[in-house]
Amino acid sequence: MLREIFVTLLLAGLVFCAVATAVSRRLMRTVIIFMAYSLIMSVVWLLLEAPDLGITEAAVGAGVTGILFYLALRRIHQFDRDAANQEERVRSDNENGSAKEE
Amino acid sequence: MFTSLTDLWAHMAENYIVVVSIILFGVGFTTLLFSRNLLKKVVGLNIMDTGVYLLLVSMGFIDGRHAPIIADGITDAANYINPIPSGLVLTGIVVSVSVTAIMLSLVVRLYEKYHSLNLDVIYELRNKEDHT
Amino acid sequence: MRRSFQQKLSAWYRGKYDFTLKTADPLQARWKHEYTGKEHKIREMERRELAFSGVLYNILCVLFCLIFIGVLLIAVAFLPAHGSPDNPAVNEVMERYVEEGMDETGAVNTVAGMILDYRAFDTLGESFVLFTAVCAVTILMKNTKKRAPDGTPVPMAVKPGIVEYSKDNIVKTVSRFLIPFIFVFGVYVLLNGHLSPGGGFSGGAILGGALILYAMVYGEDRAAAVFSERLIKTVVLSSLSFYALAKSYSFFTGANHLPSIISTGTPGRILSAGLILPLNVAVGFVVCCTMYSFYMYFRRGRIQ
Repeated sequence: MLREIFVTLLLAGLVFCAVATAVSRRLMRTVIIFMAYSLIMSVVWLLLEAPDLGITEAAVGAGVTGILFYLALRRIHQFDRDAANQEERVRSDNENGSAKEE
Repeated sequence: MFTSLTDLWAHMAENYIVVVSIILFGVGFTTLLFSRNLLKKVVGLNIMDTGVYLLLVSMGFIDGRHAPIIADGITDAANYINPIPSGLVLTGIVVSVSVTAIMLSLVVRLYEKYHSLNLDVIYELRNKEDHT
Repeated sequence: MRRSFQQKLSAWYRGKYDFTLKTADPLQARWKHEYTGKEHKIREMERRELAFSGVLYNILCVLFCLIFIGVLLIAVAFLPAHGSPDNPAVNEVMERYVEEGMDETGAVNTVAGMILDYRAFDTLGESFVLFTAVCAVTILMKNTKKRAPDGTPVPMAVKPGIVEYSKDNIVKTVSRFLIPFIFVFGVYVLLNGHLSPGGGFSGGAILGGALILYAMVYGEDRAAAVFSERLIKTVVLSSLSFYALAKSYSFFTGANHLPSIISTGTPGRILSAGLILPLNVAVGFVVCCTMYSFYMYFRRGRIQ
């Protein structure tokens, strides 16, 4: 009974993470949510009594696939572009913030 | 067959893992089809893969039995779940990571040539290249 | 005037306190307005393509997704109930694998016994898929263009602002303690494939992860000095050939297997289960070198 509740919660988390990767606009955020998705999936494998799959998914899904996505992002500089957009937004936020304070 | 809609709902509620795996497959497929960014398409394909694996492993689960590692020398098949789907999905996970690596290297190469991750823009640039 | 808690929270959420986002050069942040000619045209095209989509497009996407899921959900009505022992997948094959598995293969872990003894061809095919993936990534990502006049390859330039893990003190200190433990754990998981959950793929992936962490933190040159291209090629090719030779005799003997020279031993000890332990080690080596090569090719275009 408790096990089923736990599995249901984890599966709800899975669906939430999957929809969040589909909807998010920034690529770095997508990659990190994907790694979290893979981690939740690894625990679901354990609850479905497949421990080999749990270890493999944790090492391969969250570890290696996440790193490959990160390296691809690094190489295509999208990472940098996100940082530049963020920096612009923060700078304008600072200017607005200091204008309000004065 | 099912006599009424409530029967159908009850069956789906009992098979909730299969329902979630179908939802994941649908979300992944939609991301693959409709997102503009090539990297998001790769992420969508990965999510589709994991949805299928969830379906396969849930077919091997039997209530009240344990993982197929033989403990205390008891080899009675009524104590363990079905090991076959688990073995097939183990192969699938590793193949999925290989396919992701190849797709990501293709994406990186495409970006280095066309400086864009948007597939429509790449098509336009290639059409221009072909015509000139 | 002091900022309220709400303002500080929203500023944190938007990244004001995040040190990794500060670029070294303040002018670097404005580069998106300084595109050179060709890239400016491409960004204009992208903006035009993005402006094409609106709310209607998003609604149509969601509608398509829901219809697709609805059509597939009809199939759930025909599937057996979850977890029932009357599942048609529970047949005599599963009973044979579980009941006679330990006697015939000697492996306590039924899944490992199945994938490396009863169904060893599938695992061989999968190792070949990994090898093909490394070949494809090599062809696509190998950096053959940039060479200095005397033939040594030129390192890839790094844009300022991207975090370099080899200069970060926290990561370096923590990995100094963690990497040996990850290696030992990987070797343990690899060798215990037939006794407990684990095996070639998990152990190989953990070992590959340890190698990637070492290369990331201590610099790729130091890692490349130990794991040269020749060593990795030798390890991968010899492991694959060993596996292929050990299990492809069935092409010539039909479906009968030869009685194996290596006896299965007492189940529960490490040196048991016939050929499963060497095959696990071979698969683990292939997976480890594959993960490490992916990292090196993505990072700098050569293993060396």
